[in-house]
Formats: sequence, structure tokens, C-alpha cells
Amino acid sequence: MNALAATATATSTGEAVQFWVLGTVAVLGGLGTVLLRRAVHSALCLAGTMIILALFYLANGAYFLGVVQIVVYTGAVMMLFLFVLMLVGVSHADSLRETLKGQRWLAAACALGVGILLITGIGQVSVGGFNGLGAANAEGNVPALASLLFTKYVVAFEVVGALLTVAAVGATLLTHRERVEKNKSQREQAEERVREGKQVTPLPAPGVYARHNANDRPALLPDGTPSELSVSRTLRDRGQIREVNAEQLAQLAAIEQRTAEYQGRATYPGPKDPGERAADRAQDAADRAEGGGQDTAAGQASEREEATK
Amino acid sequence: MIGLLVGVPLLGAAVLLLGGRRLDRSGHWLATLLAAVSFVIGAVLFASMLGEDAESRAMHSKLFSWVPVEGFQADMAFQLDQLSMTFVLLITGVGTLIHLYSVGYMEHDPKRRRFFAYLNLFLAAMLLLVLADNFLLLYVGWEGVGLASYLLIGFWQHKPSAATAAKKAFLVNRVGDAGLAIAIFLMFTTFGTFAFAPVLSAAGEASEGKLTAIGLMLLLAACGKSAQVPLQSWLGDAMEGPTPVSALIHAATMVTAGVYLITRSGAIFNGAPDAQLVVVIVGAVTLLFGAIVGCAKDDIKKALAGSTMSQIGYMILAAGLGPIGYAFAIMHLVTHGFFKAGLFLGAGSVMHGMNDEVDMRRYGGLRKHMPVTFVTFGLGYLAIIGFPGLSGFFSKDQIIEAAFGKGGTEGWILGAVTLLGAAITAYYMTRVMLMTFFGEERWRKAPTPSPAEPDVEPAAETRGAYAPPHPHESPKIMTIPMIVLAFGSVFAGGLFKAGESFVGWLEPVTQFEHGHSPVSATAVTAATIVALVLGVGAAYLQYGRKPVPALAPRGSLLTRAARRDLLQDDFNHVVLVSGGTHLTRSLVYVDNKVVDGAVNGTAASFGGLSGRLRRLQNGFARSYAVSMFGGAAVLIAATLLMRAV
Amino acid sequence: MSPINYVYLAALLFTIGAAGVLIRRNAIVVFMCIELMLNAANLTLVAFSRMHGNLDGQIMAFFVMVVAAAEVVVGLAIIVMLYRSRHSASVDDASLMKL
Repeated sequence: MNALAATATATSTGEAVQFWVLGTVAVLGGLGTVLLRRAVHSALCLAGTMIILALFYLANGAYFLGVVQIVVYTGAVMMLFLFVLMLVGVSHADSLRETLKGQRWLAAACALGVGILLITGIGQVSVGGFNGLGAANAEGNVPALASLLFTKYVVAFEVVGALLTVAAVGATLLTHRERVEKNKSQREQAEERVREGKQVTPLPAPGVYARHNANDRPALLPDGTPSELSVSRTLRDRGQIREVNAEQLAQLAAIEQRTAEYQGRATYPGPKDPGERAADRAQDAADRAEGGGQDTAAGQASEREEATK
Repeated sequence: MIGLLVGVPLLGAAVLLLGGRRLDRSGHWLATLLAAVSFVIGAVLFASMLGEDAESRAMHSKLFSWVPVEGFQADMAFQLDQLSMTFVLLITGVGTLIHLYSVGYMEHDPKRRRFFAYLNLFLAAMLLLVLADNFLLLYVGWEGVGLASYLLIGFWQHKPSAATAAKKAFLVNRVGDAGLAIAIFLMFTTFGTFAFAPVLSAAGEASEGKLTAIGLMLLLAACGKSAQVPLQSWLGDAMEGPTPVSALIHAATMVTAGVYLITRSGAIFNGAPDAQLVVVIVGAVTLLFGAIVGCAKDDIKKALAGSTMSQIGYMILAAGLGPIGYAFAIMHLVTHGFFKAGLFLGAGSVMHGMNDEVDMRRYGGLRKHMPVTFVTFGLGYLAIIGFPGLSGFFSKDQIIEAAFGKGGTEGWILGAVTLLGAAITAYYMTRVMLMTFFGEERWRKAPTPSPAEPDVEPAAETRGAYAPPHPHESPKIMTIPMIVLAFGSVFAGGLFKAGESFVGWLEPVTQFEHGHSPVSATAVTAATIVALVLGVGAAYLQYGRKPVPALAPRGSLLTRAARRDLLQDDFNHVVLVSGGTHLTRSLVYVDNKVVDGAVNGTAASFGGLSGRLRRLQNGFARSYAVSMFGGAAVLIAATLLMRAV
Repeated sequence: MSPINYVYLAALLFTIGAAGVLIRRNAIVVFMCIELMLNAANLTLVAFSRMHGNLDGQIMAFFVMVVAAAEVVVGLAIIVMLYRSRHSASVDDASLMKL
């Protein structure tokens, strides 16, 4: 590679082949980053593009940078991205429907304009061959970089070091939450619930009266309808509730019916069917969104955090 | 010493106004005492002045520099010359008498202390007016008497008519005051100063146009203060004030300030014949105007007010004649001060005895009930109509003679007008006299609603059972000033006339020339007496021989117009008020549509524009990113373009 | 092949990243697109370094990487904060800057 980089006017055919193949992949990766709906997929595409860029660095004689690209970017930064994605909710697929009027057209026009301008601009520059890094990298790329970094750029290096420290401290500060008030005792929580009068009893646990006691199975109320409240709000928001199937409900209804007939009571109307329940659920959600206080939302968030931990 | 003249009554006003209720019992005596002190000071100064030579009698006294600005020097300085001295004695003398009279007249008024404070304030302002040695200080006094007049006309401000009258007087006076202010501005631009001595000595050198402008503005001021046509309308309504006020301010002193102003600025008028002509015309018109109004009024005070207007018209006319008339104008002013104050005090005395009734048709035969008032009023009456030997005869006769002395056609016209005025004066004063003191005692019967004004509610005390008033003579404290003034009315004229003493006294200030009358003095006197006899005779035939109807007959067109003050208020209303209303309405329209339209339009267009611009600020970071990115694109394009070029 | 092709590639990637910033609403994806733009810039730096035959371009790219790392740390912290308070990672939801 060293010899390859030292060439005077044109690169080797091998590098050309490498460029065209990998370059195509890199562009595809970039497009994927922008166009794929799920953030995780975007991240993977980006990671791929970055690895290809690392290869290009290596091809260009920047051995140190190539390695740093892989270690820092593909390793650390992308890992951080994925970590945050997991925090925020990995299974969310972004809707690609544009909400801002004309934003997409404007963006496309701007991007196209800038692209054309850049490429024409580059095309206008006359490139009469290139020097190659043979001389610069004579004693090895890393020592050469180090000697530059610790002499000519030592001030910038120190400043960037400080910047990194500040960034680390800042990120810690931003994400760290100090609890400013005492934890509420169970008694206080109970009193608060009674005072608010919305949900006096504790929330039902999931899986009650159901065949499964999994977290995503709603509890069944005595009349056989599933209780949305019994499922964690995070799961509800993601739409990950598993329905109690209609067959079970029908069985339950039949049992009720027979009991009623046996005892000579009025006929039980039977549980509602799933479609109706879904409509009810939507109604409930709307009510919550309207009247739901910040408290419950915060509570849900912390709950979710605990869950992810 | 001169400062004390002004300071003493001013102190009185301050003490009475600031002293509060504890002065309620003694305040009026304090005010009267201070007025008397002022008179005594004036008399002492007069005596010392008499000791000097005629040419060196003027005294000057500078208190302090008032506005010491480079190029604009105004001093708080006084000038006491013969003209000022005459006024000082008149103001303080009559003023003291009227203070005394008011002690009796206002005895039962709860606001008596305030009344006397205002009277003292008036004295101070009036003295400042006549003692000032520059026009700016004169203006201060001018406004001061206007303020005092306003306060005193509206003294019974619980009566809407009094409050309105005060406001009217104040507003009409404002017009005149604006004239005076403009005159002072013009003086300053023309002469660079407004002290009397330099202005008047330099008057001969200024261009006639400027002098005419200054003169006309001064005349406007005089018209406002002295109730001359066209600014005469306030004087009749000013009779809403207490009668002593009418006597002091609106008969004897303040209304003559215009005459003082014109006489004082004589040098300016002498250089502006056009302005003088206008002065004479104003005087002549007012003379007849006031006399005609005086003939038709049934309200005794308003009849006297018309008479005042007319007599001041005489003075203005005389002052407009120039050096041949100034001295006579002042002479008539002084005699008029005596007899008109006496007449007003007499009228006040009659009202005092008649439960404040002012309608002369409700009087009659009062001479038996009020002998002292009758005699003093009668002497004043004889003086004003110019009965030979009394003061009015001398002073008015001189003016008529001077009017003829103007010469040419003007002289004949003016002479005729003044003679006619004398006849009418005799007529209306005889009418007042006969209706008040002679004939049937009409007040014994209950009044009936007037057919002329059927919708006017009868006064409160006349509804129900009618209780006739008990006419009685006023207390001594009121009659004594009347007697003193009656003496003045009788003898002042003769005293002034004797050996041309008054003219000689004033000559150093006002100059004096003999007019070249085409008619001999004897003939003028004879004509005056004939006019007098004609006037008295006509009035006697109409009011003395026949019983006076208790209700005003409908009367001729002229009578009805005169009852309405010759339509002055209607004229003002139609021309000034309606015109002003229309002007302001159109201005409001312009303001609303054009000015506000422009302002609101600008605001609305900016609002609309920013409303559109605001949509750019939609808060979405991505929109901002687009504009940033677009900007970057433009920058790149610009860079490439520059390189290509 | 001329190394200028690397620069063309970088321009293309940069434009794609910019379009992504403008189009995507998920803050994390927006961030990734920014990273893509930074990487494109780095690629030009490295290519120029080779063309000019000195290492200053590589040093510059190195600094860009460090700053980008710092930026990612702070930016992601902010996104986490936003998500905590708003339960959304959409950049359109944080539109309080309008009336």
C-alpha cells in the first residue's frame, strides 16, 4: 500500500476497482441511512458506510485514521447510537409521511442544488497529478502524525482534550437526575390516589384470570373483558399487548350464560367483542392524553427505565 | 413704596386664601383695611408727586430682574407716572369703598372670606397692570384681573348661569389676551424690548405697517377686556356676579383697562392712523350698541351693563382720536368710575331691599322706601346723562367736542354719533330711573308669566302665595360708600375741568392738542343739552306718563333684538360655535380617516407582513435547517460565480 | 483513476447526509446523518492530504473525529433528556420556538 500511495499521477487499477465497488456500497449505505424507516437499520447502514470509509482512509495512506475510524466511530459512537436507540424504543418505525408543508421538496431542491454545485465546483478544479504521501509517511504514518500533533498542533490537541472532558462531564450532567425531594412513602402515595379519586385501588397485575401471566397479557376483569390498565404503559404505547383471544372470551361468556340460566338470573350480556374493545381502548387513550397529568407520564418513564435496566 | 401698593392687597389675598376658616369672622375687615392701606399709600405717593415738577413726576422702581436672559430682559419693575397715579387712586379709592360696601352686602354669605380674598387679588392684579413698566409685566396683571374677574363672576358657582357666565367671560377674554400676547411678540421683534419707555420712544421710527399691526392687536386686547364690539358679549352675562363685583370690576376699573392700554400705547397709535381709525370705529359702534341694548333690558344690572359698554365706547372713541382725546378718555374714565360704581351700588342696594329681584318691571315707586339710595342713585343718574354742572356733563361734553374736533367728514360723523349716544343715554337712564323709583308700586302684586317668554318658570318664591317684598333702606355701611361716590359723581367733573387741571396733569404722559372743531364749544354744549332733553323727554313720555306694564310688551323688532343683546350670542353661535364645530368635525374626520388611516394602515400592513413572515418562524428545526442549507447553497453558488468571473 | 474521485464521493455522501437531516424527523437518525456529513468531510481531508503530500489534512480529520465524538456524546445526552420529558424523539415535537 505504501508503494501504491507514492504513485505520482494515477492510482493503481486495483485501487480503482476497490473505489468503484466500495464507493457504490458506501453511497447505498448513505441512502439507506436516510431512507430506511427503522432507526436501527439506519444505524447499521451508517456503520457499514463508516467501515468502507475506513478502508478508503487506509487506501489513502491514512493508516492511523483508518484504524481510529473503525475503533472510535464504528465501535464507540455507533454503539452509543444503538444504546440510545434501545433506550428510546427500538421497535419504533418512523413514519416517512412528511408533516411540514413543502419541506420534502425544498430539501430535495436544496440537496440537489448543493450536490450539483459541489460537483461542478470540484470539476472546475484542475488537478495536475498528486504528490502522494511517500515522503511524509517515510518513518511510518503514526510517528509522523504524532510528531506533527505534539509540535505544530499541540495547542489544538490540548484544547480538544479539554473539549472531550467537558463533553463527558456535560453529558453526565445532562442525563443525571438528582432526586430533589424525598421518595413518597406508600402511605403518601395511597393518600394521593384517594385525593385524586381517579384510580383508588392499586393497578391490576397483568395475567390475572388469564391463561398466561406474561407481562404483555392484560388481566381479565370479572366480566371477561381485558383491563388495559394492567399492562405497562410502555408496552401499550408500542402496541405490544397480546390480545386474549376471542375463543377464550366466548367460552367465558358461555360459562356465564349457563350459570345465569341455572340460577334463573337475567341474561348476562356477554363480554364485548375485540373490535369494540379496540375502539374502547382508543377512547381510553384519548381520555388519558387529554386528562393525563405529567406525574403519571413521568412515573411511566421511570418505570420504563427500570425495565430497560 | 410702589411695590407696596401691589404687595399689600396681594398679601391680603394670600392671607385670606391660605388662612383658612379661622379668618372667616375677621377676614373681610382685614381685606378692607389692606385696601384702605393701599389707598393711603397711593395718596401719600400722590402728594409727593404733586410736590415735583410736572416733567419729573414719573417714578421708577425696580424690584428684581425677572427674566434676565441675554437679549430678552424683563424686569419686575414699576413705573408710576401721572397716568398710573390716576388709575391707582381710582382703583384703590373706589376699591376701598366697594370693600366697605361689600362688608354689608355679603354679610350673610357663607363664602365671604373667599369673596374678599378675590377682591384683594383683583386689586393687586389691577394695580400691577397699571403700575408695570413693561408690557410683559402688564400682561401678568392683565391675566391676573382676568382670573379675578372669572373667579368673582362665578362666585356663586352653584348657579349654572353664573358658572357659564364666568366661563364665557374667561373664554372671550382669551381672544383679547391672545391679541395682547401677539402685540407683545410683535413689539419684541420690532423694537427688541417691551419696556414702555424704549418702545414708546422708538415708536416713531418703526414702519407704519408694523405699528398698525401692533395697534390692531392691542385694540383686540382692549376689545376683549373692555367689552367692545366684537368681543362685547361677555359683559352682560358677567352681571351674574355679586353686585359689588359688577360695580368694581365690570364698571369702574377692570373694563377700563383697554382704555388704559390704548392711552398708554398712544405713541404707537399716533404712528398708525389706520389703527386709530379702527379704534374710533370700534368705539363708535360699541357706543351705540351698548346704548341700544341698555334701552331694552328689564334687568337693572344688565341695563347698567349696556350703559357701561356704551360709556367705554365713548372712552375708546376718545382714545382713538389721538392726543386730542387721550386726556378726555381718562377723564371720562375717572368720572365714569365714580358715577357708574355709584349706580351699581345703588342697584345693589335696591336688590338688597327687594329680595334680590332684578327685574325693573317688578320695581316702581321705591323712592319713598329707600331715600338714601334714591338720592345717590339719582345723582349718579344726573351725572351719567350729563346734566349740566355734574361730572358726566364735563367729561362727555369734552369727548363730543373732541369728536367734532377730529375734523372733516369723520369729525361730523363721530360728533353726530356721540350726540346720538348722549340722547340714547339720557333715554335709557331715565327709563331705569323712572321704572325703579317712580310710578306705581308694581312689586305689591304677584307676577304673571311673561307672554314673551311663556315657557320660563316663575321664580320659586313666586309660585304659591305671593309675599310682596318689604323694600327697606340698606345699612349705613352700604350707604356711606354710595354717598361718597355720589359726591364724586357730582364734583369730580367740575374739579377736573376747572382750569384744565386734569388735562394739564396728564399732559406729560399723553400729550395734548386742541382739536380744530368746526363747531364752537358753546354750540356743542348746547347740542348736548338738547340731546339730553330729547332723551329724557322721550323716556318720560313713554315711562313716566303711562303706567309701566308689569310684563314686557312684545315690542318692535329692534327692541326684541336688543333684548337679546342685539343677537350677539346668536351671531357668535352661528359664526363661531357652529363654524368651530364644523371645523373640528371635519378635522376629526380627517384625523380618523387620513391620519389614523395612515397610521393604522402602516401598522396593519406591517402586521400583515410580519404575520406572513411569522409563518417562516414555525419553530421546526428542520425548516430552519432548510433555510441554512439553502443559504449555504447560495454561498457556494456565489463563490463559484465569483471565481468564474 | 485520479484521487479526485474520492472528493466526488465525499460530495455525494455529504449531500445525502444533508438531505437526510432535512427529511428525517427522528432526532437520532438526524444525528446519524450529521455523522455521515462529517465523515464525508473527513474523506475529503484525507484525500487532499494524499494529493498534497503532507499530513496536515489527516491531523485535521483527526480533530474532526474528536470533536464529532464530543458532539455525539452531548447530542445524545440531549436527545435522552428530550425523550424523558416529551416521550418523543421527533425533532418536530420540539417546536416551542414559535408563538
